Amino acid sequence: MPHKYTLSQTICEATRYHCLHRNGVVMGQCLDMAGNVAGTVPSLTEDEGLLELSMADVMASGIAVGYALAGRRPIFVTRYQGFQWFNAAFFTNYAAKCKELWRYNCPIFIRSIGMDSSAGVTIGPVASCSQHGMFTRTPGMTVVAPVTPNEWLDCFNWWLEHGGPVYCSEYRRSYHLTDELPNIIEPNVDITIFPISATRLDAIEARNMLLLEGFRCNIVNLIWLKPFNVDEAIQDALSSSKYGGLILDSDFENGASKCIAFDMINKIDKKVRVLGLEEKTAGFAKHLDNLPPTSEKIKNFVKQISIKTP
Amino acid sequence: MGSSNSNALPNLPRNFPKEISLDLFRKICLNRYFDLKVTELYRPGLFDCPIYLGVGEESIAAALSLSLPSPSRIFAQHRCHSWYLSYGGPMTGLVDELLGLPTGCAGGMGGSASIHCPEIGMIGHDGLMGTQVPIGVAYAMATKKRTLVVMGDASLEEDYVLGALGFAATKKPPVLFICTDNNFSCITPVCVRRSWNTIQHATFGMPAIEISDDPWLIMHYVRELSLNLPAFINIRTCRISSHAGVNKDRTVVPEWNRFDLVKEELTKLDLDQETEKIQLLLEDAINSLWDKRLKEVVRAS
Repeated sequence: MPHKYTLSQTICEATRYHCLHRNGVVMGQCLDMAGNVAGTVPSLTEDEGLLELSMADVMASGIAVGYALAGRRPIFVTRYQGFQWFNAAFFTNYAAKCKELWRYNCPIFIRSIGMDSSAGVTIGPVASCSQHGMFTRTPGMTVVAPVTPNEWLDCFNWWLEHGGPVYCSEYRRSYHLTDELPNIIEPNVDITIFPISATRLDAIEARNMLLLEGFRCNIVNLIWLKPFNVDEAIQDALSSSKYGGLILDSDFENGASKCIAFDMINKIDKKVRVLGLEEKTAGFAKHLDNLPPTSEKIKNFVKQISIKTP
Repeated sequence: MGSSNSNALPNLPRNFPKEISLDLFRKICLNRYFDLKVTELYRPGLFDCPIYLGVGEESIAAALSLSLPSPSRIFAQHRCHSWYLSYGGPMTGLVDELLGLPTGCAGGMGGSASIHCPEIGMIGHDGLMGTQVPIGVAYAMATKKRTLVVMGDASLEEDYVLGALGFAATKKPPVLFICTDNNFSCITPVCVRRSWNTIQHATFGMPAIEISDDPWLIMHYVRELSLNLPAFINIRTCRISSHAGVNKDRTVVPEWNRFDLVKEELTKLDLDQETEKIQLLLEDAINSLWDKRLKEVVRAS
């Protein structure tokens, strides 16, 4: 490697290798438009393994299922996670179920890209931020949310070694990252923050801001959303946190984050709260947008917890 | 609706060897008597799953299995007993599946609707009508192998089915699409549901034809159109079974009885005796198998 790869370059090169050397295929709508989906999709011909799909969203995910049954291990690219309301039908009802129904696998790597107005223009009510919550409720579906190059490769390689569909919740804001973002765990902190997806970047900023004001926070990154395992790192961090935990999500709160909080609470007798997209529909005007919690919002939320908790 | 001889060709049965016509009749009887036996046996508690029977349209799968004998995969949906049986799926596997046994062709998970049989290349269906169409199109695109996709006239109206047919017309995978068109979705006729015509508006320039469920006619056109895939055949048929369950559909008077019409043709071919023998033999074999299996199940429980 000539230099450290960004996340987008890592995805692009892993995809190229998958298509050219594993008889794999990458498919999606408008993959060759300017920028090749933020540089994550290699320029390949159809014979080399890049399949441009028609604009029929629901049908498109059925095409991925057919390729998976043919042994081509498709990478399916959804440019905005909000489009999953149409794509999800075949992924959740066929790919996720067929192992239990008929004892064969349907391996699809579903790259689903979240986006918000932090890059400039607003996204409005349709495309939105993350939508992984609609997949975590489906039996047979693995859901991950990597934001660094190695995390993404870990998830991708896990999928290559396993049979079922994997929903990979990506976020455009993380595509420039080259470095890993390890957990930060210290003894006897005020709170442990469990950020998901792009909120990990805001969590780091919020932790620094809180530190200046005398609050000490752990950060334990949540990458494997389903199946979710309350592992030792989570248990240790939560046990030693005075005010318990806070899950940050780039999706609505009534989804993956509340389920994860429930699992944590059942395992460790500590309060775990969630902070994600607000319960409202985003509009296109800047002041009507609905964004993942900013560092400022996270900081204020943590301070409120400390005030309310005796 | 249509007619019992849509796009018929005169004296077509005479163009086929007699053995083929007898094989055809064997498969028709297999499909018909299997579903009739299910009708006879049906009672709550014996079958837990909803039952989808195809009495009246059994000639379609029979004819396909003889004219397209070994597609790499078969993608069908509910009401597919006859596809499973015609293509050689073991009858005991289907009996056990309907009884919800682990020895069923889908281990009891599929029931009547989601039959799966890797031995004959039959791929399971998830229960959402028409999903087999884009999946089958993609399978054929990925493998370039000849693939059979079966749907009904209601499935055809699903947006993802029309999208997949359009994609198939564009990418030209080797798929033969069969639409089993009985003119009804549950009891709602086509004319209430849509103003467009299958062949003119839903096949996107693919080679396509509408015919009746005359099995010789089906065999003729399957062979012809299979030379230039993808292609689409809309087959008009009159189903006697209701949408679900084992009752006769009393809301519709069938315009024709294909089983009787087939026997008339076989009589014209001087095959009366063989026909009668086949009919008795198949009916008896199916009865015996069901009776034996039910006794074993009762004994085991």
